[in-house]
Amino acid sequence: MRPIKKQRLLLIALMLAGIGGAAAFALKSFNENLMYFFSTTDVVSGKAPGDALIRIGGMVVNGSVERPGDSLLVRFKLTDFNRDVPVEYTGILPDLFREGQGIIAKGRLNGQGTFIAEEVLAKHDENYMPPEVAATLKPDTQNNAQ
Amino acid sequence: MFLVPDSVGRFFHRMASPPHFYAFSGRLMPWLGVIFLLLVGAGLYGGLVLAPPDYQQGDSYRIIYIHVPSAWMSLFIYVMMAAAGVIGLVWRIKLAEIVAISSAPVGAAFTFIALVTGSLWGKPMWGTWWVWDARLTSELILLFLYLGVMALYSAIDDKRVASKAVAILALVGVVNIPVIHYSVEWWNTLHQGPTVTKMDKPSIHISMLVPLLTMAVAFKFYYLIAMLQRARTELLQRERNSQWLKKLLESEG
Repeated sequence: MRPIKKQRLLLIALMLAGIGGAAAFALKSFNENLMYFFSTTDVVSGKAPGDALIRIGGMVVNGSVERPGDSLLVRFKLTDFNRDVPVEYTGILPDLFREGQGIIAKGRLNGQGTFIAEEVLAKHDENYMPPEVAATLKPDTQNNAQ
Repeated sequence: MFLVPDSVGRFFHRMASPPHFYAFSGRLMPWLGVIFLLLVGAGLYGGLVLAPPDYQQGDSYRIIYIHVPSAWMSLFIYVMMAAAGVIGLVWRIKLAEIVAISSAPVGAAFTFIALVTGSLWGKPMWGTWWVWDARLTSELILLFLYLGVMALYSAIDDKRVASKAVAILALVGVVNIPVIHYSVEWWNTLHQGPTVTKMDKPSIHISMLVPLLTMAVAFKFYYLIAMLQRARTELLQRERNSQWLKKLLESEG
């Protein structure tokens, strides 16, 4: 390689290293803000702000979903398999909402530690399989969830 | 260079000559078209008809046969564009500059398709068209980078200068590529984690995976076709006063 080309290549490498470093520091310092939601453990341990509008994410605990009365009110518990947070929501739930499903709720904590959700989004997992395969896996996944 | 077989080096060297590239890409085009049509036909038939429905989403998941390959292409084309930009910057090869700028609109289109199909899927599945999580936001920035590259190129009249500016902008944007790919692992996002592009075994059933990979290869061929077509037009514009083009026009009558 001729020296001038070597020099250009070196300059480009330096530029990339500089930008990469700057981006890494920037992303690192905004790390908290880039998190889309808090885990339920964060909420219980008080890491999440108590009075602000926040999002929490977790799995809907099996057997915890109840619909008192004939309104759109739903009560369920969210878990990260460590701590649970009770959630109340009034409204229409997304298609993928079910027990054992990962969801993200946006709302505020009330004084009693219950999360009053304004919006519930289902978080899809990365698994895709035909129903027959899912049926054979069922007992296994339930054991893991409990 | 080093570590590259002689024949490969010679091939690229010849491709860098405009008349040779123009003739060769013209001969290649019909073949690429046929391969693309066969692959996309097989991929769509496999994905929309043969593949079983998902245990949870039913038939709605089938949008991944467009969404996921488009998203892969949006990253792949950006890397190709930046690499061609570096070759143009360092070795001042006109054809590398042309390949870089010809990739941008194709990449922008794939990014746009990935964003739109994701949004259409997100509404019924997540319950929202759009959220500002790390994956969706960084993919949107990628679209703006492509549009920025295209705008910068057309804003500068001298196309050799424009190509240098574009290559530098493309290089600055490269930092976004790993951010997009790893966003779902580094941060909590609404977007799910990787299904196929991870060290582990893919978390998708083989009957669904095969059409997905077929579509991914088909889209690669589409990129080649669209990019080469644009590159040929760009080349004609840049070389409009050259001898080889005059001779070619005379010989074709």
